[in-house]
Amino acid sequence: MSLIDSVSLPRSFRLPRVDGLIQWIVPLAIIAIWQVASVTGFVPTRVLPAPSDVVLAGWKLLLSGELVRNIWVSFLRASIGFLIGGGIGFAFGLANGLSQLSAKLTDSTLQMVRNVPHLALIPLVILWFGIDESAKLFLVALGVFFPIYLNTLHGIRTVDPQLIEMGRIYGMSDGELFRRVIFPGALPSIFVGIRFALGIMWLTLIVAETIAASSGLGYMAMQAREFMLIDVVVLSILIYALLGKLADSASRVLERLTLSWHPAFQKR
Amino acid sequence: MQTALRTSLPETELAGRANFAPQARIAREERPVQTSGLPLSIRGLRKSFGDNEVLRGIDLHIPAGQFVAIVGKSGCGKSTLLRLIAGLETIDAGSISFGQDVQPEDIRVMFQEPRLLPWARVLDNVEVGLGRDHASSDAHARAEKALTEVGLADKRDQWPSVLSGGQKQRVALARALVSRPRVLALDEPLGALDALTRISMQRLLERVWRDQGFTAILVTHDVSEAVALADRVLVIEEGRIAHDVTVNAARPRERGSAELAGLEGSILSHLLSADDRT
Repeated sequence: MSLIDSVSLPRSFRLPRVDGLIQWIVPLAIIAIWQVASVTGFVPTRVLPAPSDVVLAGWKLLLSGELVRNIWVSFLRASIGFLIGGGIGFAFGLANGLSQLSAKLTDSTLQMVRNVPHLALIPLVILWFGIDESAKLFLVALGVFFPIYLNTLHGIRTVDPQLIEMGRIYGMSDGELFRRVIFPGALPSIFVGIRFALGIMWLTLIVAETIAASSGLGYMAMQAREFMLIDVVVLSILIYALLGKLADSASRVLERLTLSWHPAFQKR
Repeated sequence: MQTALRTSLPETELAGRANFAPQARIAREERPVQTSGLPLSIRGLRKSFGDNEVLRGIDLHIPAGQFVAIVGKSGCGKSTLLRLIAGLETIDAGSISFGQDVQPEDIRVMFQEPRLLPWARVLDNVEVGLGRDHASSDAHARAEKALTEVGLADKRDQWPSVLSGGQKQRVALARALVSRPRVLALDEPLGALDALTRISMQRLLERVWRDQGFTAILVTHDVSEAVALADRVLVIEEGRIAHDVTVNAARPRERGSAELAGLEGSILSHLLSADDRT
């Protein structure tokens, strides 16, 4: 009895506020160690600048407006590419999940294209579009397309057929059946696709902007490399990490809101 | 072929009925007049899946408001018969008629699985049962009334995942009843429940059937459930009705009474003797 008490005691002390902070302990510790290593000269600043220098560089770029402009450009590219690619992927996923004919017609082709690494198309894309916006949007859209397509298709195909039969018995029209049974049933799987796609979205954008761009975060990093501004290079990398985390958190919040019926998301 | 066995009403039973539950007897005898149920006529019904002929000519008349149980070994075709009655399969040959034009809302089915939408709250799940009327202004009120009938009014805003198996099945019953069906087809609805929950669900089923007077067709493998609930038990063997047994015991029925036990025994022996022959 006393053993059980002593084991379960720390649990009751844990405040919800503290729970949210735990995830930040490791990143903060890394930054602290990094700062100490830089200040003491253990890590030379031309290899890795101190976090304080990175913050300073960020502050300067923020004042000049360059930082905000580049982040905004990258954010627009990411979201437009995501919407286009995700939208098309979702549409194909729906069509192929709902119609046998459509699946027979397009699925094997899509599976074939899927196995080409989309970044391998960069030379071709530059030839097609040059280095303007459409090249980046094309690559992001292509990268985002497949995870959303595959998971939407999977979600729709794995909706419980007994529920679909139930919906038919209770006189649901095709539209209603989709809205009330098939789509909600496929939603958990679609969210898995969205989270995969968000990761691929940033990856594609970084690569595309680093290779061929005249604005954006990747361009900012490449410019900084030219001028040996290592603090700006590190800053851009950190901003990518933050944006990626932000996108993931946003999709989690959305998941929590729309899947509140799911036992995995219910408050205990 | 059918009507092979018909139990006569014992003298003692008649007396017991008169003393014990006069109001039940009145309700029972008036039911055919007041019933909202539909009669059911099946003629020469056949159904095959591939080379396997599951139903080999079923002829059956069910009067309006009767509670019929269908028993038989697995694979005898009892579920197929129910699915044909509910319109879930197409008929190969023969006919099923309800004596008039029926609306989809007039015939409802309840399955072994509750088949609730996990992403809809309990009340919304019941509203699904209103079919085309689910958007009408009194949908909430009707669904709440149906939930109250099955004793789950306090669970209206819960997710199905937090309910117990018996509660889910009660929600499924409310969903089936909310459109006031005239035929209720039950495909082993209590098969997945534990023994105690099953008995309370049987009582609930009997109560709503008596209140609403629909025609009930129950497929079950549990012979004691069949004799406890039904006016008439059909035994299906190899795609045909092998026995048609009338259960005249008064309602509410006393479970485990000698009369029901005797009937149960005789039906079971039929089922088992068919087993020996094969």
